[in-house]
Amino acid sequence: MTSVPSFHSATSARRIVAYAVPVAVVLLVIPLVLPPYQTILLSYGLIMAIAALGFNLLLGYTGLLSFGHSAYFGVGAYAAAFLVKYLGIKSMEVFLLGGVVASAIVSALFGLICVRYTRIFFSILALALSQVLWSLALKLFWVTGGTDGLRVPTPTFLGGLVQTSGDKLSFLSNTYYYLVLVMFLLCAGVMWVIVNSPFGKALQAIRDNEIRAEFVGVQVRKYRLIAFLVSGIFTGLAGTLWVPLNGLTTPDILYWPFSGEIVFLTVLGGFRTFSGPIIGAVVFNYLKSYAVGFTVYWQLLLGVVLVVLVLSMPSGIVGTANALWSRLRRSAA
Amino acid sequence: MRIVNLAHGNLYALGAYVAGWILGLFAGPGHEPKMWLFFLLLSGAVAVAVAGAILEPTLLRPLYRRAEEYQLLVTFGLLLILEDLMHLVWGPYPLTSSALPDLLGSSTILGATYPNYNILVIVIGFVAAVGLWAFVYRTKFGVILRATSQNMRVASALGVNVKRVYVQAFTLGCFMAGLGGAVIMPISGAVLGMGVEALILAFVVVVVGGLGSLEGALVGSIIVGAVRTLGITYFAEIELAVLYLIAVVVLLARPAGLFGRA
Repeated sequence: MTSVPSFHSATSARRIVAYAVPVAVVLLVIPLVLPPYQTILLSYGLIMAIAALGFNLLLGYTGLLSFGHSAYFGVGAYAAAFLVKYLGIKSMEVFLLGGVVASAIVSALFGLICVRYTRIFFSILALALSQVLWSLALKLFWVTGGTDGLRVPTPTFLGGLVQTSGDKLSFLSNTYYYLVLVMFLLCAGVMWVIVNSPFGKALQAIRDNEIRAEFVGVQVRKYRLIAFLVSGIFTGLAGTLWVPLNGLTTPDILYWPFSGEIVFLTVLGGFRTFSGPIIGAVVFNYLKSYAVGFTVYWQLLLGVVLVVLVLSMPSGIVGTANALWSRLRRSAA
Repeated sequence: MRIVNLAHGNLYALGAYVAGWILGLFAGPGHEPKMWLFFLLLSGAVAVAVAGAILEPTLLRPLYRRAEEYQLLVTFGLLLILEDLMHLVWGPYPLTSSALPDLLGSSTILGATYPNYNILVIVIGFVAAVGLWAFVYRTKFGVILRATSQNMRVASALGVNVKRVYVQAFTLGCFMAGLGGAVIMPISGAVLGMGVEALILAFVVVVVGGLGSLEGALVGSIIVGAVRTLGITYFAEIELAVLYLIAVVVLLARPAGLFGRA
């Protein structure tokens, strides 16, 4: 896929800042302008964007397509739920820490198994492992609550320094939105550094030509494992952030259609670009919340759009927009 | 043919649904079940084969030149579409046709009662496997097929109609998937979600047995079948998990699988 003009180099960092800062400012003022429902919807979108950023480190940068990322999202969510249920902890900081540790452990374990393979074998192995967690969450109902799931109440921040009691709606659409936003900006920044570091370049080398990468001294399997680990942690963090927003975690988020959604929104945005998964996640989130309202055959719609996308617009929203933009500029010049 | 098809399990499910639906038309309540109805099971296989003949040129052919991820993505989209289409057409309730196996009665083997229909399924499976093997390794079409899969461009230069070979091979694969779904339908019914389950089970079989090994697939499926049966009896809660654990253990001990060529 060398023909696709894709990842911006680190030298264009100034241009990126020129894009990122206005976007960040717009995101900052949104709770002041939009009604709470819209803000909460956007929070969901940003959380999915964090998961998609993690997922795309594997798909877009390492060339590994995981159909099991629901596992890490679910682990992050259930980690927070277990902290509430078994330890009575309600601190958001502990949730985040617990989510990161738990998803790191699980993704390291699963990664060790998965990175032995590539291509479809990797994909389905990841899927199979996520199905294990799903079946455990479903069957061990005395631990996980089964299909009823586990409830997660409103968490506390900074040991209660920030007011979190009172109206849940206004809490979620203000304080919690800003927490999600900060985490999102942090994650996007960290991911940006990762993909532009020598490590990120090595991953892209592995994606483009595994054998050559190995010959120039890249330890392919070790790098894939680290990428898998980082990817799992990002997705797990998203899961932890998702849980207080949703108020409840059920086995659905461990089930394969949820992995499919992560795959879908990344392809929708464009997996050959850095910002693709972010745009895809936010757009997908709006699409879903409105489409589910008028059809029960949501998966059918999803499948049709996915097929059409891959056949006619394989570079996704961002890739297509970039191509259009450069064609426009060329014809203007 | 080096086509990765995530929707294969759903094509299998489609075979089960079509067979269940057709049988329901002729052998529903009020009809006397008759022997010739067994031939209607073939309708599932034929329907899926037709679907395959349509899907390959439209969805898969444009992607052969691109990276494999795109094939995975398109077939995943197909999986979602088929899953919901079956939901749309046949509703959320399983289709069953248990009257059919009853027709054959049962026999006692080694002190255990065993439905004759299950024996028939085993025979069909065996015949299909041998037939497929003979077709691929003992016919002229099989030679052309294997040549095309090894090197499409050389085959094309030698005068093989590559496009046609691909359609035929894919149709044949779909026929097999549909046949599998159709013959299992009278036993287990046609249920939503059976496609993904079959996909994952088939994958565990392949991983345990070793990729690209026919005897490995056979041994793998026997292991998986035995573990599932034992698992349902002794530790029903974690039956699925145990299955995957075995796959994991095999992978860690022998990364290429039991019969794989590393």
